[in-house]
Amino acid sequence: MSAALNNAVAFDTALLELHARLRTARTTLPLRSDEDVVGLRRHVRERAVALALSLVDQTKLVTAASELARNTIKYGGGGEVHLDALEDGFKRGIGLIFVDNGPGIADLDMALRDGYTTGGGLGLGLGGSKRLVDEFDIDSRPGEGTAVSVVKWKR
Amino acid sequence: MERIPILRMGDLLLVTIQVDMHDRLAMTLQDDLTERIVRDNAKGVLIDISALDLVDSFIGRMISNTAAMARVLDAQTVVVGMQPAVAITLVELGLTLHGVKTALNVEKGMALLGKNHF
Repeated sequence: MSAALNNAVAFDTALLELHARLRTARTTLPLRSDEDVVGLRRHVRERAVALALSLVDQTKLVTAASELARNTIKYGGGGEVHLDALEDGFKRGIGLIFVDNGPGIADLDMALRDGYTTGGGLGLGLGGSKRLVDEFDIDSRPGEGTAVSVVKWKR
Repeated sequence: MERIPILRMGDLLLVTIQVDMHDRLAMTLQDDLTERIVRDNAKGVLIDISALDLVDSFIGRMISNTAAMARVLDAQTVVVGMQPAVAITLVELGLTLHGVKTALNVEKGMALLGKNHF
């Protein structure tokens, strides 16, 4: 599953490169159903607690994960998420990469704007999650898929 | 099917959300609450979210929609007990729960619904 997705589309963003360079461990989880979203939230919360993120930062990261996971399922037709433990010198963080093989996002600028939605939602998922994390990057290929990567550093 | 229990107290409906809500569960609660407002002739709905460690845009929308539906059905909704970290995250996400009354705890929520004498 993981290899299939990664081989299908060679996503390429600066943040994905950063992940590859700084990661010390990776867990990959499927994103197919509502229950998977709940499972991911729990997993991210555990990681954030283990890293001793502040309660506010934990909540922000878990909320961003929930939004992006729902996007992967609802708009991307399902996919998977990689959870990376990141280390950059003394800095430690958590990185998440959401990957799908869905239709892609035609207009990224529009999609990042608050209130813009094609799915009848509130249109806060992408733009909102961006505000909740320290780093945010997105690569989308129409007809091929979308990869969204985010990082939260321990302060 | 998994459901969140709704308790009736006089003309109030009380809901305490104590599970990690997935989207279907949130929708079911919204439907159940709307139905119970009519069936029980309820004038107020109190939703306790003190056990929720996350309110994302979906749960936030469910809360807003429930409050709006209740209003149309002549009932008031008060959301109580939101954790500070959840409030900070919610606003940063861009959600303001417009039109939803909030209170710090159940007691203050009851007072807001005009039920001071339980």
